[in-house]
Amino acid sequence: MAKNQELQDLVYQVRRDILRMVHKVNSGHPGGSLGCTEFFVALYNEVMDLKEGFDMDGIGEDLFFLSNGHISPVFYSVLARKGYFPVEELNTFRLINSRLQGHPTTHEGLPGVRIASGSLGQGMSVAIGAALAKKLNGDNHLVFSLHGDGELQEGQNWEAIMYAAGNRVDNLIATVDRNGQQIDGPTEKVLPLGDVAEKFKVFGWDVMEIANGNDLDQVVAGLKEAKSRTGKGKPVCIVMTTEMGNGVDFMMHTHAWHGKAPSDEQLAVALAQNPETLGDY
Amino acid sequence: MTKYTDQGKQDTRSGYGAGMTELGRTNPNVVALCADLVGSLKIETFIEENPERFFQVGIAEANMMGLAAGLTIGGKIPFASSFANFATGRVYDQIRQSIAYSDKNVKICASHAGLTLGEDGATHQILEDIGLMKMLPGMTVINPCDFNQTKAATIAIADHHGPVYLRFGRPKVPNFTPVDQKFEIGKALMLNEGTDVTIIATGHLVWEALLAAESLENQGISAEVINIHTIKPLDEKAILDSVKKTGCVVTAEEHNYLGGLGESISGVLAMHHPAPQEFVATKDTFGESGTPEQLMEKYGLNNKAIEEAVLRVLKRK
Repeated sequence: MAKNQELQDLVYQVRRDILRMVHKVNSGHPGGSLGCTEFFVALYNEVMDLKEGFDMDGIGEDLFFLSNGHISPVFYSVLARKGYFPVEELNTFRLINSRLQGHPTTHEGLPGVRIASGSLGQGMSVAIGAALAKKLNGDNHLVFSLHGDGELQEGQNWEAIMYAAGNRVDNLIATVDRNGQQIDGPTEKVLPLGDVAEKFKVFGWDVMEIANGNDLDQVVAGLKEAKSRTGKGKPVCIVMTTEMGNGVDFMMHTHAWHGKAPSDEQLAVALAQNPETLGDY
Repeated sequence: MTKYTDQGKQDTRSGYGAGMTELGRTNPNVVALCADLVGSLKIETFIEENPERFFQVGIAEANMMGLAAGLTIGGKIPFASSFANFATGRVYDQIRQSIAYSDKNVKICASHAGLTLGEDGATHQILEDIGLMKMLPGMTVINPCDFNQTKAATIAIADHHGPVYLRFGRPKVPNFTPVDQKFEIGKALMLNEGTDVTIIATGHLVWEALLAAESLENQGISAEVINIHTIKPLDEKAILDSVKKTGCVVTAEEHNYLGGLGESISGVLAMHHPAPQEFVATKDTFGESGTPEQLMEKYGLNNKAIEEAVLRVLKRK
């Protein structure tokens, strides 16, 4: 179907953007970014109800908060490709005087970003606060958030998870990127998270799963299903299984590419696996 | 010298509560958050009159700071309140990233600052909060001196766009500033003009500074007393104008001398007009249990300590 092809083309292009951004400055986080490419592409282009342009308050539109800010490359690429700022600006990622800081921030006035993130575990609280403001404003739009699985080791998340359920914050869809990896290795070795879905459930959330977060159709269907479950008294959690480094064969099945950029040769190999569909910046 | 009358002892935290009551009635965007300390923060009336605009977060201060940051997105003006220790040190990174660095319009309102909460001891006293908060870029830091000024400051910060740390306390202290005095952020208040020494005080120490000035006057020493309620941004002109006249300064605060008001004033003087300075502040120590009066005596934070500091600084002129 035509729409699906458009999204798939965008996925390829966003992967190329991620790889080229981190390669240019020899730093940044390609692994988690690649793993969440389908999620970002689907969310911004098929799921969220967005206004033209950008204002901080975002009244009358859906909002998104990225809690695991280190996957900024995918966030920036999708925002630029959506028209929040010029695609050419991706060239400035992590450079001095850039709005595209290593981790996302509002401080430089980059359209599309509503909170700084990077120090982990803070985004869910912020998303809940924004959801509460929407309720106070009589704004029926939704708040989406994304969290790394390793990030759930930060205790503030569990304060927030308890709060959202206890206060029926049912205009919130929090997605956990369950890639099973963190800097020092597999999450289940570093500090076991166990059954993430069950944990959210016993805290009182409505939990669903996306079994393959790198399958575009599954992601679109899952996010739409999550939307249909809002407004029923419970916050909604999606536990989304992804493969870190997805779309680049040598970056998959390892945590080695969490925060490492490819060499010139590796970049060439990686780009060859992802055709230029919409034009490189 | 100018006479100030104690209109009756009241706690500054009740000034915060009274300010919140008024904001609840006048500003529909103001919302309040609290971490299981509603009674201590005196915001019962706000909650009673505006239940939909109050968020009880439980004993979870980190989440409270994040919720407050999020509530600004959509135009709310959150007043997040707890004890000063739990509203600053415990949640420093949440304030740093989600509020200060993110330029969020959050008011962090902290009671039980300093030693004067008394018997609970050092776990609940904080003498480092001014330093922690003033180091954050863009953060406004305010420490009002009595009930009236705390109420006025609470109301004033709602109209100031940007993060604010408002610090106040638990004990009942003299209420002596005019009930209708307008609160101007960053504007020092001249309480008594003098020529021999400048005493610059903040918070609970302002009344003590006035008592010290009165006693000094009886000894033939003319002390100028300035109330610095806003520690950041600092009213540098008021400080320099006074010290240029008197040639020396005593700073007084319920806080560690490291990181406090006195240190900020030292910086201003070092840059523009070096002059002898004595610090009435705690000396890099934790507090302990005791009555507020006992603690202020033991840690050298009362009118007597200010008077002694003046006599010391005069010898260094």
